[in-house]
Amino acid sequence: MAQVAHDAVTDADLRPFEVAEEPLYHPKTFIGKYIWSQDAKVIAIQYAITAIGIGLVALVLSILMRLQLGFPESFSLIDPANYLQFVTMHGMIMVIYLLTALFLGGFGNYLIPLQIGARDMVFPYANMLSFWFYLAAVLILVASFFVPGGPTGAGWTLYPPQAVIGGTPGTGAGIILMLISLCVFIIGFTMGGLNYAVTVLQARTRGMTLMRMPLTVWGIFMATVLALLAFPALFVSCIMMILDRLIGTSFFMPAMMSMGEQTAYDGGSPILFQHLFWFFGHPEVYIVALPAFGIVSDVLATHARKNIFGYRMMVWAIVAIGALSFIVWAHHMYVSGMNPYFGFFFATTTLIIAVPTAIKVYNWVLTLWRGNIQLTVPMLFSIGFIFTFINGGLTGLFLGNVTVDLPLSDTYFVVAHFHMVMAVSPVLVVFGAIYHWYPKITGRMFDETLGKIHFWITFLGSYAIYYPMHYLGFEGVPRRYYAYGETAFMSESAQDLNMAISIAAIVVALAQLIFIYNIIKSLFSGEKAGHNPWNATTLEWQTPHTPPRHGNFDEDELPSVYRWAYDYGVPGAKEDFIPQNVPSEEMAAARVSGEARAQGDGKADR
Amino acid sequence: MLLAVALIILIVGSVLFHILSPWYLTPLASNWSMIDFTIDVTFWVTGFVFVAVNAFMAYCIIKFRYNKERRSEYQPENHKLELWLTGITAVGVAAMLAPGLWVWAEFVTVPEDADEIEALGQQWHWSYRLPGDDGKFGNVDAKLISDDNPFGMDPDDPHGQDDRLIESNGVHLPVGRNVKINLRAKDVLHNFTVPQFRVKMDMVPGLVSYLWLQPTEAGEYEVLCEELCGIGHFAMRGKVVVDEAVDYDAWYAAQPTYADILARPQGDPVAGQARYAVCVACHGAQGEGMQVMNAPKIAGQEDWYLRRQLNYYKTGVRGAHPQDVFGQQMAPMVMTLATDQAMEDVIAYIGNLPDQPAAATITGDVARGEDIWVTCGACHGYEAQGLKSLNAPRMAGMTDWYLARQLENFKANIRGRHEDDLYGWQMAEMARVLKDDDAVNDVVAYVNTLGQTQVAAASLQAGAAYAGAEE
Amino acid sequence: MTATLVFLALLMGAVVWWLVRQTINVKPWVASAPSGAQQGVGLVAPQKMALGVLLAVITSLFALFISAYSIRMELSDWRPLPEPDLLWLNTAILFVGSLGLQWAWRGAARQQWPAIRVGLVVGGGCALAFMAGQLLVWQDLAASGYLIASNPANAFFYVLTGLHVLHLLGGLVVLARTSGHAWSGALAKARLGVELCAVYWHFLFVVWLILFGLMLST
Repeated sequence: MAQVAHDAVTDADLRPFEVAEEPLYHPKTFIGKYIWSQDAKVIAIQYAITAIGIGLVALVLSILMRLQLGFPESFSLIDPANYLQFVTMHGMIMVIYLLTALFLGGFGNYLIPLQIGARDMVFPYANMLSFWFYLAAVLILVASFFVPGGPTGAGWTLYPPQAVIGGTPGTGAGIILMLISLCVFIIGFTMGGLNYAVTVLQARTRGMTLMRMPLTVWGIFMATVLALLAFPALFVSCIMMILDRLIGTSFFMPAMMSMGEQTAYDGGSPILFQHLFWFFGHPEVYIVALPAFGIVSDVLATHARKNIFGYRMMVWAIVAIGALSFIVWAHHMYVSGMNPYFGFFFATTTLIIAVPTAIKVYNWVLTLWRGNIQLTVPMLFSIGFIFTFINGGLTGLFLGNVTVDLPLSDTYFVVAHFHMVMAVSPVLVVFGAIYHWYPKITGRMFDETLGKIHFWITFLGSYAIYYPMHYLGFEGVPRRYYAYGETAFMSESAQDLNMAISIAAIVVALAQLIFIYNIIKSLFSGEKAGHNPWNATTLEWQTPHTPPRHGNFDEDELPSVYRWAYDYGVPGAKEDFIPQNVPSEEMAAARVSGEARAQGDGKADR
Repeated sequence: MLLAVALIILIVGSVLFHILSPWYLTPLASNWSMIDFTIDVTFWVTGFVFVAVNAFMAYCIIKFRYNKERRSEYQPENHKLELWLTGITAVGVAAMLAPGLWVWAEFVTVPEDADEIEALGQQWHWSYRLPGDDGKFGNVDAKLISDDNPFGMDPDDPHGQDDRLIESNGVHLPVGRNVKINLRAKDVLHNFTVPQFRVKMDMVPGLVSYLWLQPTEAGEYEVLCEELCGIGHFAMRGKVVVDEAVDYDAWYAAQPTYADILARPQGDPVAGQARYAVCVACHGAQGEGMQVMNAPKIAGQEDWYLRRQLNYYKTGVRGAHPQDVFGQQMAPMVMTLATDQAMEDVIAYIGNLPDQPAAATITGDVARGEDIWVTCGACHGYEAQGLKSLNAPRMAGMTDWYLARQLENFKANIRGRHEDDLYGWQMAEMARVLKDDDAVNDVVAYVNTLGQTQVAAASLQAGAAYAGAEE
Repeated sequence: MTATLVFLALLMGAVVWWLVRQTINVKPWVASAPSGAQQGVGLVAPQKMALGVLLAVITSLFALFISAYSIRMELSDWRPLPEPDLLWLNTAILFVGSLGLQWAWRGAARQQWPAIRVGLVVGGGCALAFMAGQLLVWQDLAASGYLIASNPANAFFYVLTGLHVLHLLGGLVVLARTSGHAWSGALAKARLGVELCAVYWHFLFVVWLILFGLMLST
């Protein structure tokens, strides 16, 4: 392809880059097919299984935390050090190793090539490596549970100096393994991320213009761009902290005491770490949220049988949110002791970002308006998402506004807010998406009744956990406390509320067993799904095989795209949906001749 | 359908919860009513959006439920509607942001008439410094901080001599006066929070942050650490007492200056020997303790801890609880040490007594005790040697039955809950980590093993000293 | 964080401008047959685009380090360390390597095998020499007592130069593979490889100039 630019540009040269059928590596052995696989779909499932597996560990940790908080006198297993370790590992696993990996590595790998009409990612080998790096990162993380002193208990933010010096659990091998694991994760992600970005830019099939891409692809693409640019900030801070910890540099370490002794550190700045961390940490919120935004848009449109409302606004909102997310980071640091005058700037940018976010919410709701709403399981989860996201988004306006943040910062209000917006909301989308694409991935339908039971317990249960928690925050109950003890500022009944929240959390956690059972059971006994059970328009539902084979589409020809992904309820059409690769009648005639020519040239080119 | 009903119930339920909830902002005790106002504004705006958008969604779910005969309306965009919605959102956002920024401007601008005090955070205590009569703080340097100089005071700075140093979790503030609180940290990040004051700020080692307020209600308020600072984070509690001017002045006058602290009397062990005669009957001639008399070993215990406990007995902080039978026996004995000098003398004498590790009397699951000690060791030291800077006394080689009894006392709120017991509250909370009955024995049994290693080390040293004396 | 913000503002500005240009007048809901031309797609080899994206990522990495450097520099304990003269020589060597690969690139466009091969050898050789030179600088500094932990300026010096050398090392892997193609005569692959290496070498040279300039000026 390199010479193309120099030669005369012909029509044939302008065809998109195609991963041709022949160069795809078709392995013969089981191991080659499912373990060392270069097929994005298999890699996606590897990512998903690993992410959900480690996510279950984090779920168990959260239940242990809730047991301590709800019943502080009862579980002698949990001491303050364990508790902080649970807090830390729960947060880190959920944010990075579950949600980031699942949305980008899992859904990204599965959906990008299928939805843009490509045979695979453009660099299948790097894609495979990306997963193995991810797996190594997970294993290193898990290993930190078994080293002397256990995993780090510095909170998922890993703030120095406490992450490194005495008095915090896991300042030995625990913190080092954590930092190394993050570095490995970032390197692995970068390989994957290059793939996702370049595949979206370069491997779209004919007719798949940017503005015809499903919003899922837009969300994952923008999240990938954010991740590629933001993860270096975490990488930088990890490297500097490893050096501070291991060879005694003072990047982040001021002169200070540790366990009653003077340390050898001098002059460093803990605030510098916080700037770097949140420079990554805030875009990270959107790395998780944007794919969820995209996916939920597509699921809503499909099951409401209506075009997504305001597609262009939706795309621009994704881009605007992504761009703005780099200049709001210090709203996590209003009370960090940084120059307080920064508060004016960051409060303003933060509240501005509420506008494009609100537009997305309006457009989702307006998609429902005058739709034809089928309350399938994926739809239930999507509407549940809108509800929790509205709640979590609005509480963000409390915390983003510098003055309102003063009393609420570091209380349970923060915990409730980010769980509502960054845990419950994306996880509802994850479930919705898994139910939505399950028939395509496995070829079978899931059990709908079990799916509905799973939805109701998860949705109502999560709301019962997190909505009241805001009010603990108003009362001033601080987060990351092992126990509250005898105190005057908390009302007596706050402990009862904590107990109720813990019980709700246990119920919700147990309900996830229903989901896992459903997924596994339906694999064997689910009804055969057919190619397009939801009557959806996007390309992944138009594959000749279900589940799609390696190479995704017809062996001779990639689909051509004639329309956007949201032709539901088109007036005058035969059915209430028109797939993206279906031409109108006048186009169909022109297509035959044009396609033959293009195809012939394309082959010669290679 | 069910979903729409559920959404409506959730909307109504959320609003009712907000109205009926007993959990809300603590009563305001500072000038920051403007912060509460910004919260109210935000509540009105977001509450309206929450109800309106979700109710509309529920309406759509009912009204446009699936019907095979019907098609959805095909409407890709509606620019006018989108612009209107964007505009209204922008207005709502501005309505929240404007008062927010305005109040923040108040917060960052400290009034010129504000008194200054300094709060110093450390794992897991607070201490405070007042600028003294000259109104100027003396220089401090993190590098100078040590057991004997917990504030890191520069001894050569004349402004520092009259600084009032408050080595206690509690501080007093006069009601109705602006105060700027400078915040420092000795080791890791902390955060100075009083929920009733609404304002908070992190304390960062290596720099001085601040906040300001005007206390408006007299009373006692808890100071919380709200930045994760390690194992004892949850038990890092301080106290602010807001006083009327008269009470404040009295309190202020009683606080020692840096110069006072430097000039504290030195103990004389020779004089102390005579004073110790009262103690011998129970604690033994060598301070080795006697279980039959319920008197612990005191030889080898650190002077600062002895001083604090003797003072507690003297002022009724310890030994006053009706269930503290043995403490009640101790309290009158301390009265024989009428002056500070007397107390210093006897402490000095105890400091010279030979330190023989006490015999182990308690057995338990040492391995489990070691697990538990991860928490305890964070203050008492991982060798249970005691750390003055963390206000945690030595445990290793001391009388184990006494240790177990005190742990039970802490757990049962017999010890540590007196309001003037500076560090007792924290220990009472930490003792609750020992949730089951065996835990106390297990942890004490583990401390005994630490005692054993120290026995070996101590006897080796003693042997060497003996050998040295022989030559 | 100014350096990072400027970089990201430029990058995000470019992305947003490009996207708006691509999307502003499009009515996505209008169906149409694919016209042959699809802007941007297919014109650039994916490897080249991937390199472009990778360079953006690496720029972000170094920009963040530079931001950290400039924040940390403001604190009171910063003691600049002397820059050994050897660094100037190393800079020159790296420049020659960059020139060599530019030469190879020109050769590849004209299908001149000797130019390709010589250029690759010069590029690779200079990179190795540069790394050896950097190692000497490290030894020099360490021998005269400028240890990594003794001052943040030293720590940044070692970390930044080390990270730069690591990136060069990664480039050498690709260069080695390209050389394999160059000697086996696979023109298309060699041509692409040479182009990628040349761009990467230029990029790392510019990064080095910025780092070196930063360390000289502070």
